[in-house]
Amino acid sequence: MIRFLLNQTPEIIEAIDPNTTVLNYLRQHKHLTGTKEGCASGDCGACTAVLVSLQDETLSYETINTCLTLLPALEGKQLITIEALKQAQLHPVQKAMVEHHGSQCGFCTPGIVMSLFALQKNVTTYQREATLEALSGNLCRCTGYQPIINAAKQICDTHSNDVFDQQTGNTITQLKALQNDHLSGIQAQGSECFSPRTLDELDKLLLQNPNARILAGGTDLALEITQMHHRLSPIVYLGRIEALKRINLSDSHIEIGAACTLSHCHSILSQEYPDLGKLLDRFASLQIRNQGTLGGNIANASPIGDSPPALIAAGASVQLRRNGHIRCMPLDEFFIDYRKTHLLPGEYIEKICIPRKHPQSLYRIYKISKRLDDDISAVCGAFHLQMHNGLITNVRIAFGGMAAIPKRAIKCEKALAGQPWQFSVLEKAIPALNDDFSALSDFRASAHYRTLTTRNLLMKLWWESQHDSNLITRVSDHVEI
Amino acid sequence: MSKSNPPTPPPEVLELAFKQTLTSGVGKKLPHESAERHVSGEARYIDDQLEYPNHLHLYARLSEQAHATITKLDVNACRQYPGVACVITADDIPGQLDIGAVLPGDPLLAHSKVEYWGQPLFVVAATSYDIAREAAQLATIEYAPLEALLDVKEALHKKHFVMQSHQHKRGDANKAIASAPHCIKGQLNIGGQEHFYLETQVSSVIPTEDGGMLVYCSTQNPTEVQKLVASVLGLSMHKITIDMRRMGGGFGGKETQAAGPACLAAVVAQKTGMPAKMRLARSDDMMMTGKRHPFFVEYDVGFDQKGVLQGVNIELSGNCGFSPDLSGSIVDRAMFHADNAYYLGDALITGHRCKTHIASNTAYRGFGGPQGMLAIENIMDEIARFLGEDPLTVRERNLYGQHDRNITHYYQTIEDNPIKDILEQVKQSADYRQRRQQISEFNNKHPFLRKGIALTPVKFGISFTAGFLNQAGALIHIYTDGSIQLNHGGTEMGQGLNTKVAQIVAEELQVSIERIQITATDTSKVPNTSPTAASSGADLNGKAAQAAARTLKQRLTNFAAERYNVDTSAIIFKNNCVQVGETLVSFDALVQDAYFSQVSLSSTGFYKTPKIHYDRDSASGHPFYYFAWGAACSEVIVDTLTGEYKVLRTDILHDVGASLNPAIDIGQIEGGFIQGMGWLTTEELCWNEHGRLMTNSPASYKIPAISDTPLIFNVDLVENRKNPEDTVYHSKAVGEPPFMLSISVWCAIKDAVSSLSDYRYHPDIDAPATPEKVLLGIEKLKHQLANREPLS
Repeated sequence: MIRFLLNQTPEIIEAIDPNTTVLNYLRQHKHLTGTKEGCASGDCGACTAVLVSLQDETLSYETINTCLTLLPALEGKQLITIEALKQAQLHPVQKAMVEHHGSQCGFCTPGIVMSLFALQKNVTTYQREATLEALSGNLCRCTGYQPIINAAKQICDTHSNDVFDQQTGNTITQLKALQNDHLSGIQAQGSECFSPRTLDELDKLLLQNPNARILAGGTDLALEITQMHHRLSPIVYLGRIEALKRINLSDSHIEIGAACTLSHCHSILSQEYPDLGKLLDRFASLQIRNQGTLGGNIANASPIGDSPPALIAAGASVQLRRNGHIRCMPLDEFFIDYRKTHLLPGEYIEKICIPRKHPQSLYRIYKISKRLDDDISAVCGAFHLQMHNGLITNVRIAFGGMAAIPKRAIKCEKALAGQPWQFSVLEKAIPALNDDFSALSDFRASAHYRTLTTRNLLMKLWWESQHDSNLITRVSDHVEI
Repeated sequence: MSKSNPPTPPPEVLELAFKQTLTSGVGKKLPHESAERHVSGEARYIDDQLEYPNHLHLYARLSEQAHATITKLDVNACRQYPGVACVITADDIPGQLDIGAVLPGDPLLAHSKVEYWGQPLFVVAATSYDIAREAAQLATIEYAPLEALLDVKEALHKKHFVMQSHQHKRGDANKAIASAPHCIKGQLNIGGQEHFYLETQVSSVIPTEDGGMLVYCSTQNPTEVQKLVASVLGLSMHKITIDMRRMGGGFGGKETQAAGPACLAAVVAQKTGMPAKMRLARSDDMMMTGKRHPFFVEYDVGFDQKGVLQGVNIELSGNCGFSPDLSGSIVDRAMFHADNAYYLGDALITGHRCKTHIASNTAYRGFGGPQGMLAIENIMDEIARFLGEDPLTVRERNLYGQHDRNITHYYQTIEDNPIKDILEQVKQSADYRQRRQQISEFNNKHPFLRKGIALTPVKFGISFTAGFLNQAGALIHIYTDGSIQLNHGGTEMGQGLNTKVAQIVAEELQVSIERIQITATDTSKVPNTSPTAASSGADLNGKAAQAAARTLKQRLTNFAAERYNVDTSAIIFKNNCVQVGETLVSFDALVQDAYFSQVSLSSTGFYKTPKIHYDRDSASGHPFYYFAWGAACSEVIVDTLTGEYKVLRTDILHDVGASLNPAIDIGQIEGGFIQGMGWLTTEELCWNEHGRLMTNSPASYKIPAISDTPLIFNVDLVENRKNPEDTVYHSKAVGEPPFMLSISVWCAIKDAVSSLSDYRYHPDIDAPATPEKVLLGIEKLKHQLANREPLS
């Protein structure tokens, strides 16, 4: 059983195929057709809705792609869809969109309105950067976005209490009533899904179902359902296990629970490793980051996942757990081959441990893709150099997109280790990359481009290390140049 | 009906209203007619309609070969699958199999052979989409592969064409080139473009009791869908009604390509007697349907010391895919726009329609025009680099003249040409000269980032090049309460056509737009419509609706003159009131009065565009009623280590004549510009060596997202400039022309790269200029510099 609020109405889901996406649930089961399907792959944002959850005593409003969200993610939360915004009158966000001519064909519009709605709930004044971030996962083919940006200006600068604000107390009460400590789940049509609350329950479930598909944010797993048309069963959902969502900061490490969403770990990671924060700003879209987890990005072991190279360069390790037994492993040893890891059946990532950054170390990440927003890297390069007395004492360089797994540039690292950080040393280290990688060609980039770029990224690293931070070095940042 | 009069407003209210002007007429910045429904999720698209309990869902199985004979197609297992209602193969089509738009060549389902990867082989109709899809996987399909021709150059070389080539010829181009002081030869590859309308192709078909079909179809071309559904079913057109309220985007992609799903659903509906819906999943849509034509261009141009063209020889080879579709007119339009805004001198423009084994490429905003214009803009840049001149200077020198050098290479005289002023205004407002200086300073200082700027003009010919399409109809009913229902043959795909046409009718009848109910485009209300394409929606349908409104107004005027015994010249319609001599009555009252006096309150309207002709044999004529003009200045920053770039600022000035609705027009300009920028930057279509489209989802095919919008984006309409031609309220078409303003971005990226050679080398960067192509262009240019290769 899954209990949640659909707009203001309490809903109970029992016998629905757990392979059902929230989008299909809304459109087909509830006949709420304001939420649109543009791609069913989390790339266009036409299906955006807002998920409201209880955080301490306040409500947190986050956008999600309903096409990639499975029903267990709704448990104990409020799902706000486009249908709820207009009451007697248009919601201020809707009004601003009309006044600024923010819709043309209108098909992407409900999704854009929902993203703006969440933005308005999360900011106090207009900022271009925050606006672009909020809408990075909403494609519009008609307007060119300018009127939408104009609408955002209006709504962020003139915040007024809307019906959701007025009902906050009531909503909190309703959500509290939905919280429970039961192992829950749904099943229908031969598929089942479990939603445990504790690690012990999870261990038990995975022991009984070692081949269960582990669902965290689902932003990758759901593609198996919507794009590859697989039917998954059993599914074990991690999103209700508080122990997997914790963030701990010690003197030596940052520990991120594997089911912590990318949005939730953004602030601590960007404080420690500013470039990692910048990478996360361009990691898929806000909708995806609100759902997707750091653990999920690692566990699915994509060669083009963005977090692994960054975390490998930072020296991260993963803590794995299976039936209560715990083992740790450096992240760069976790990946075996294309989408293959050291995880045993029934084993899962419990947490990711990232060493605190040394104040003097040079840590840079460069993501190269065709488009700035919501694109998959052709190459993602992460560099981490620690220097002492002018010598490179520790060096970790890792790339995504250059091999079947996120991989360190061992030979290049060797050419730098123990050497002074000088251009002549760099010149010798660059060719070593050729021995580290033999890139492949695909539609994202040719091998030649990938090879050339990895070499040039070392050059860029050099330039960035030589100049003060006022020198603009990237055209891809969400900042005005 | 009771004969009671509607409540009459007191005379002082009428007098006040009569003194005021209408607030919702022509020229007002009204929001889109559906804006409130868009933002509230209430706007209903076809897939949002409530389904019948027995509604069937279709799924098409697609070819997994680019070119092959089908040696076996066994769908028995699909038929047996629980929930399946029927399976349709080419053999099950009752009427005509071919749904080619102009010429045959597009089988609804592959018959005996496949000609592209993604071609529909058969469809399964079942109680749910999932069941249909699962069942479709059970078919046994065997192929005998044939050689697939995938490269446009190879097709050109082998003269593998879907249609005959065509030439525009003026003077002796080759002689002029040979005798010119300088000449340049070059090539350019121009990529295609996926429409990526947010709503994929969709049709829902309801069988009617008379054996006909009510077809809800997301199409720009209802009449053609009507005709094709009829011919596929073996019925007359009068049995078929197409209903089209709105599309979730079209951009040309729903001009011919919407017919397939409609026809397939209709065949299922006829066979089963049940309603049937076909909605394509995004990746199926991208695999199945045609796109913008990629082009391969070869050019040979001669010019003088000032860079002024003396002669050009340009060969434009469109990659049409496997069938003609609309490629005849599309390649024609590329040829018609190979001049953009420039006088070419002696010219030989050749257009080829190459046949390759990919989906049949089709209409897309600009319809070949952008490809032709990109070629000549590339030539302008190349001449500038050759001479060491600023590209803007070379462009200015080559512009069409006002009174001389004003005849196109197809012998149409350009009668009204504001481009010099427009260019000058943008130069000023964008501060071109000073920014060029600042860019130079930046480029000299920065270790690896380079800025570039470009200011490019647009001249775009307005009218369908297929002459007969330049016609439209409308139907207006005034009901006895004074409310009005408006119908016309155009379709609403987001461009605001319905809003503009309603504004025209409101203006003509001097009534508030709230009185006017816009209805779905419906082939049973306005028949024999042209597609909403070629930017002509408002020009054609606006005029037709205006004609219908004028007929009604004339009837009401005649009636009032008789009733109040005044001359018709003493009757004035204004702001929901009518002054009849000394008497002031409300529009409602007059309408009701007219009804009781047995005056017809319903009228059709019709319009055909004047002045258009083109003689194919002599390749000359007047194919365009008029031209739309504009210019854009874009500045970019390029990372020479990675090839990444960003547009920093764009300034646009665009000519829409006297705007029907400035807010909607600016929306078209901004949106068209960004869409064009996508075509020239990040939108890259990649096929593998077997002809399979690899970029078949938004995960791999990247249209512009919000961060791609220029940081500074200034868009202005040319002020106080009515279209001198007699268009509706002297407005101009706006759908396509702004698309090509984006060429400024492509040229600015190349300008930034060229700065690495102190602007002496013209970078070899094809379109789209993805970061990869930019970086490889930089590498090539550096190599040229290192080897001190001669210029161009």
